[in-house]
Amino acid sequence: MPEDGALCGTFFMNGDVACAEGAISAGCRFFAGYPITPATEVAERMSERLPHVGGIYIQMEDEIASMNAILGASWAGLKAMTSTSGPGFSLMMENLGLGVMLETPCVLVNIQRAGPSTGLPTMAAQGDMMQARWGSHGSYEIIALVPSSPQEIFDLTITAFNLSERYRVPVLVMSDEAVGHMSEKVVIPRISPKELVSRRRPDGTQEQYLPYKADEDLVPPMAIAGEGYRFHVTGLTHDERGYPVMTVEAQDQLVRRLVDKIRLNKKDIIRYEEVGVEDAEVIVCAYGISTRVARLAVQEARNAGIRAGMLRLITVWPFAEDRIRELAQQVKAFVVPEINYGQIVLEVERCAAGKASTLLVPHMGGGVHHPQTILKAIKEAVQ
Amino acid sequence: MLDNKQGCKSLGTKEIRIAGFGGQGVVLSGLILGQAASIYDDGFSALTQSYGPEARGGSCTAEVVISDEPIGYPYVQSPNVLIILSQEAYNKYSQDLPAGALMIIDPDLVKPEPSQNPAPLSIPATRMARDMGRTVVANIIILGFLAAVSDLISPEALKNSVLASVPKGTEEFNTKAFELGYNYGLEHGRKGEVADG
Repeated sequence: MPEDGALCGTFFMNGDVACAEGAISAGCRFFAGYPITPATEVAERMSERLPHVGGIYIQMEDEIASMNAILGASWAGLKAMTSTSGPGFSLMMENLGLGVMLETPCVLVNIQRAGPSTGLPTMAAQGDMMQARWGSHGSYEIIALVPSSPQEIFDLTITAFNLSERYRVPVLVMSDEAVGHMSEKVVIPRISPKELVSRRRPDGTQEQYLPYKADEDLVPPMAIAGEGYRFHVTGLTHDERGYPVMTVEAQDQLVRRLVDKIRLNKKDIIRYEEVGVEDAEVIVCAYGISTRVARLAVQEARNAGIRAGMLRLITVWPFAEDRIRELAQQVKAFVVPEINYGQIVLEVERCAAGKASTLLVPHMGGGVHHPQTILKAIKEAVQ
Repeated sequence: MLDNKQGCKSLGTKEIRIAGFGGQGVVLSGLILGQAASIYDDGFSALTQSYGPEARGGSCTAEVVISDEPIGYPYVQSPNVLIILSQEAYNKYSQDLPAGALMIIDPDLVKPEPSQNPAPLSIPATRMARDMGRTVVANIIILGFLAAVSDLISPEALKNSVLASVPKGTEEFNTKAFELGYNYGLEHGRKGEVADG
């Protein structure tokens, strides 16, 4: 093991453990959480690993406190993460909004299980995708990444920290039980410091520093609480100093910037993979674990003479709307398999805007689609 | 390409189900198998397992999918190999076996139907482990047996994976257990039967 404590090598590990290792490799040195199936192994691994790398693990009294604790750790200068599932994700929503309002870099991992409510605690779902986008109150933008394998959850947890530090926004890793509890080969490379992003720090004098005055990219440099720069946090609408200002103008200025710093930088943020879309007449638009079975269905459709392709969303938020709009000019239909009863399909439908039809392949949760089910939908879609 | 007769299983994919009680080393066996296939044999494998209280005393299952290409569907559809370590697991999983599937049982724990064709391969691994002085190595004995009677994974890869997974200081004992099972397999097994699934 290298001196910084990050693992390096080839391992056979489950997605939860790979997520924790991704966090360690990304420089995460604070974790606060509350155990919940199927995310417990993330916390368990962090509790084992953090003390060995000079980090701090705190088991909190609940998920509300967990979310608060990682915000505080981030203000104190650490890269911080929590992980949860289902009911715990709901409890974190209020303070996720505080993280957005105070432009706090942090990572929230949701190993999704089937709901509503307690649902199927030990079984997979993708039912929190819209909650990820809209779960906290008010107008905001968020970044959400969706991994499809233990290897990818390792990689994307690092990406999540990088985007979070770059844009000063909480980033969600929206995985699921199938990926979290599945063990596969995970190659952990030596991550060089150049591959890691840290929040931009103020470079002016302490007297001139305004904690919420953004640079040209709409992201403000961030000082560490206690190092001498002015530091003020409030969930109230605030000015560049961080002081509450209860006016329509201040609200307009702040909320517009919080949203636009993501929207105007979406080209840098949005990630997707395309498989055989060049000549496609039908495209399966999928994310997470569903992309693995979708890939089999697309191959099989090709073997049957159907010009099928796949758009694998890696970021679900912000949504790859420009790409869907382009593809809608070309294809007859989008097929959208989801382990829910229709969430991201609404976004696809919005962007297709009637130019291509949209076919949902729902799964109520508790497992993953059969490739044959998706294949059947592909065949229906081109008829 | 999907094998249409087998639902959504890719051709060239092998599936293994290990089922028994919690505490028999079912999950560790799955981990050793999966690790052997994807790291020491340099292929692809995915392990899924039963989760919750059942993995700590009740019925317990580990499923390993092995392939020479990345694995899409990670769950067992039509197993090529079943390792059955309890009567309950036998009753649940012995029906509707695909043709050519190999079943391995511990005859002290499982009484198979006389009509089952082909008859399962037997290894009294729990008794052999007890005779060695430690019942906990029964799963390692069975993995040695599997290495001898099937071509799913090379014996070297499986043995390396065992050694990488057992507690430090127990390597020699586990090697002995693995070789005991392997030699029993060479003597009593039918090597190569599941090579083509």
